[in-house]
Amino acid sequence: MPATFSHHFDTPLYNEKATIQTGLFINGVFVDGLNHSTIDVINPSTGKTITQVSEGTAKDVDRAVEAARNAFNTSWGLKVPGATRGQFLYKLATLMEESLDEIAAIESLDNGTAFGVVKGWVVPFSIGLIRYYAGWADKISGQVIETDEGRLTYTRHEPIGVVGQIIPWNAPLLMFAMKIAPALAAGNTIVIKPSELTPLSALRVCSLVQEAGFPPGVLNVVVGYGNTVGSAISSHMDIDKIAFTGSTLTGRKVMEAASKSNLKNITLELGGKSPNIIFNDADVDQAVNWACHGIFFAQGQICFAGSRIYVQSGIYDEFLAKFTARSKMHKIGDPFGADSYQGPQISSTQTERVMGYIKSGVDQGAKVHLGGQRHGEQNGNFITPTIFTNTTPDMKIVQEEIFGPVSVVIKFEDQQDVIQQANDTIYGLAAAVFTQNITQAFEVGHALKAGTVWVNCYNEVSAAVPFGGFKQSGIGREYGSYALEHYVNVKAMHINIGHKME
Amino acid sequence: MASVFTHEFNTPAYKGKTSFNTGLYIDGKFVEGSDKTTIDVVNPATGKIVTKVAEATAKDVDIAVAAAHKAFETTWGLNMGGAGRSKLLGKLAQLMEEHQQELAALEALDNGKTFTWAMDLDTTFAIDTIRYYAGWADKIHGQVQETDEKKLSYTRHEPIGVVGQIIPWNFPLLMMSWKLGPALATGNCIVMKPSEFTPLTAIRMCELIHEAGFPPGTFNLLTGYGHTVGAAISGHMKIDKVAFTGSTLVGRKIMEAAAKSNLKDITLELGGKSPNIIFDDADVDQAVNWAAHGIYWNHGQACCAGSRIFVQSGIYDDFLAKFTEKTRSLKVGDPFDVDSYQGPQVSKIQYDRIMDYIQSGKDQGATVHLGGDRNGTEGFYINPTIFTDTTPDMKIVQEEIFGPVGVVIKFEDEEDVIRQANDTVFGLAAAVFSQNINRALNTAHRLKAGTAWVNCVNQLHSNVPFGGFKQSGIGRELGEYALHNYTAIKSVQVNLGHVM
Repeated sequence: MPATFSHHFDTPLYNEKATIQTGLFINGVFVDGLNHSTIDVINPSTGKTITQVSEGTAKDVDRAVEAARNAFNTSWGLKVPGATRGQFLYKLATLMEESLDEIAAIESLDNGTAFGVVKGWVVPFSIGLIRYYAGWADKISGQVIETDEGRLTYTRHEPIGVVGQIIPWNAPLLMFAMKIAPALAAGNTIVIKPSELTPLSALRVCSLVQEAGFPPGVLNVVVGYGNTVGSAISSHMDIDKIAFTGSTLTGRKVMEAASKSNLKNITLELGGKSPNIIFNDADVDQAVNWACHGIFFAQGQICFAGSRIYVQSGIYDEFLAKFTARSKMHKIGDPFGADSYQGPQISSTQTERVMGYIKSGVDQGAKVHLGGQRHGEQNGNFITPTIFTNTTPDMKIVQEEIFGPVSVVIKFEDQQDVIQQANDTIYGLAAAVFTQNITQAFEVGHALKAGTVWVNCYNEVSAAVPFGGFKQSGIGREYGSYALEHYVNVKAMHINIGHKME
Repeated sequence: MASVFTHEFNTPAYKGKTSFNTGLYIDGKFVEGSDKTTIDVVNPATGKIVTKVAEATAKDVDIAVAAAHKAFETTWGLNMGGAGRSKLLGKLAQLMEEHQQELAALEALDNGKTFTWAMDLDTTFAIDTIRYYAGWADKIHGQVQETDEKKLSYTRHEPIGVVGQIIPWNFPLLMMSWKLGPALATGNCIVMKPSEFTPLTAIRMCELIHEAGFPPGTFNLLTGYGHTVGAAISGHMKIDKVAFTGSTLVGRKIMEAAAKSNLKDITLELGGKSPNIIFDDADVDQAVNWAAHGIYWNHGQACCAGSRIFVQSGIYDDFLAKFTEKTRSLKVGDPFDVDSYQGPQVSKIQYDRIMDYIQSGKDQGATVHLGGDRNGTEGFYINPTIFTDTTPDMKIVQEEIFGPVGVVIKFEDEEDVIRQANDTVFGLAAAVFSQNINRALNTAHRLKAGTAWVNCVNQLHSNVPFGGFKQSGIGRELGEYALHNYTAIKSVQVNLGHVM
């Protein structure tokens, strides 16, 4: 029998008990992996092991797919009406809300984002996503198409079947909710792999999925590594579609595996190097606050982080001074510390990667205007908020996604030139413009080649508003009604009422 | 200088003349390929070369992509409003109509389908498709989402940019229109590769596109081979999306090339082995006629061909006798004879492939109930063929033959036939014949295919989506649905009062 993990939190912000089942969640029950191996879950704040969880392998993916297929053919899919699927999702949302603090604590412990942020935003937003899609479940309509009176022609928007989902470690619960909700609402069954670095909140929610009464096999969670479980999912012959969020590098492998296996449809949410353009006529104080939020939120581990901050020359000095002062205000520390804003990076590997980028910035001649070092213990995972200036466009810190609390601040003069610089990237996930001039706001905003453009704000996401990448930042859109398109199979029905064939 | 193809048609079905430039069409000009090589165009009715056309290489793809990007940034994309795009597409449809017979004749000459089919179906449907998308061009709407009153949140459905499109040889002009219509209507620029087997109508269309007034670079046509031009398109770092219709085998390569290059989005329309299920309570005479149309239309060279004909035991003998009679009545002959129903297969390669499948059917123990042999001694003609006494594992039952070869399978049990029908890697189309409303619709709903026909087959319309489940494809063409393939969703969120 797989273990249960219990943890008694004893922190300034939370001091209750949390309990998680640590098995794989397959066919409605928690089970040990067939290999009987485990994965150590590390607390990024301390580097110490929190607990072990069961490790899934390709064989576990097979049995999860089998359970998902059975459920799709018998107790989910088109076997239950949309309203019923919606009710299950509403129930899950309610149960999550009842355990909100506990889920937030587990997430914060596992991922390192400050408890206040997780409790105040991440978990409520995730619950909101599930509620949003609960409402869509009975509104997945096809079309009736006029052809002529001798025919009835219509489309059915059917669930695809068994979908595979692979999610990252940067906002685990949010990633989990945004994947499962539209897929389940549309009637699919799921085999999902959380990141091996951050499986705990997903496992906690699985107990609530049980409690909500979802039929066994509708949602299956297989914790494991990318090169085993992730690969098995992408190339599985009986998974009908795959959705992946993670690095562009791995996204390519997922798409390739899909092409070589059963041509399963794919959606990809990949990396970014999003530009944040601040014009002379911006509200500078507001721009400073949003810019900070844009790059330092969640330790900079956000795919749409505003990591390239372009500041027009007229306000450059004022902006830089205020941005620096504001960045210094962020308290870095234990996620459960009373006023912590920034926690640790997710792992020592990621920390070293970010430090490597900082070093490359220095080596290539950029100036460390602020930070650029580890915070606290030299082999810990905390990094000081970092600002680079005096960069050139070809530098690695300007081109490549760092995924840490590292910003580059770039002076610009000309509107056309900054648009060209902003768009000069293989990525296209998000972008922002700060200006009070209505013409400039929309001229620039509309010219930016990104799936999301923010005007006078940053990092604003909503359940109803689609999100996804241009160019190598991804394929497809999540959130909103747009996500549903990726979880249905359109079937055209042609009923001959009166046409005779010769 | 690129050469000109001039041809005089003097046939029972059509008398007329054609003369057009056979170069590549890049940036509004007809040009030779960079290597100055050519491709022979063969008439499948005779096996003889009709003309040569310019051959494109990867270098020409680069030139075309550059021209397309330039047009996208200056004269097309969002620089030309939807109404303008609509007008040009409307003009193109009108020009196609004015030259419809000429286009039909070229199609029949190049592909081997009969002039009559090319007129009544291919060209008529192609014109209709262009007109349909002309109507969409100024109706590409985003959404405005309610979030709260301190924010304006909306989406723009923008053109993606430069799209690569690779089309097959079975319905050359029609496939061109299915691709061109939605892509241009939504504001994209195109680099298109027609099949090297059937480039003539696509090349002829370039003069019409030019005459209609599409800005140079919006549409570019490169005739070339799959492994050169096709590969260059799918792996191109500056093509933002690729749409492909063709075999499942090549579809995989396209998707892989997209993954390995710039993660361009893909839509694929691939193969099929579509079941046609005929119940005891069907109108048998109608079922016979539709079933024949299902498999013999276009010489069986249709991805949605109803190649597996399941007939319930109560009507099996009656159906088979009538179906055989009907099939015998289909006249195989020169595409330009007025009463020809079926012309030659498109090429020697395809002819050999089909004959190999027929041989495999014989080898594996199926009965050749009708046909199974060549028709005549010249050209790639195959007699409409019926196999019976098959088993599910036979190649002719499993694999896509893409020829006038139908398999007729007796069944008893409703549940079992649905299971058999769905037991395939493909999922493009399916048909059901029954007069019982419950049986007809329940069965059709349960078939795992992107299109299900009830008491008909092969009915397609510009406004009705078409595409595959499973390994028959990714995405949908036609209808409003095709627009999604050619738009990039940009979400714009404007802060009107939230203070950070």
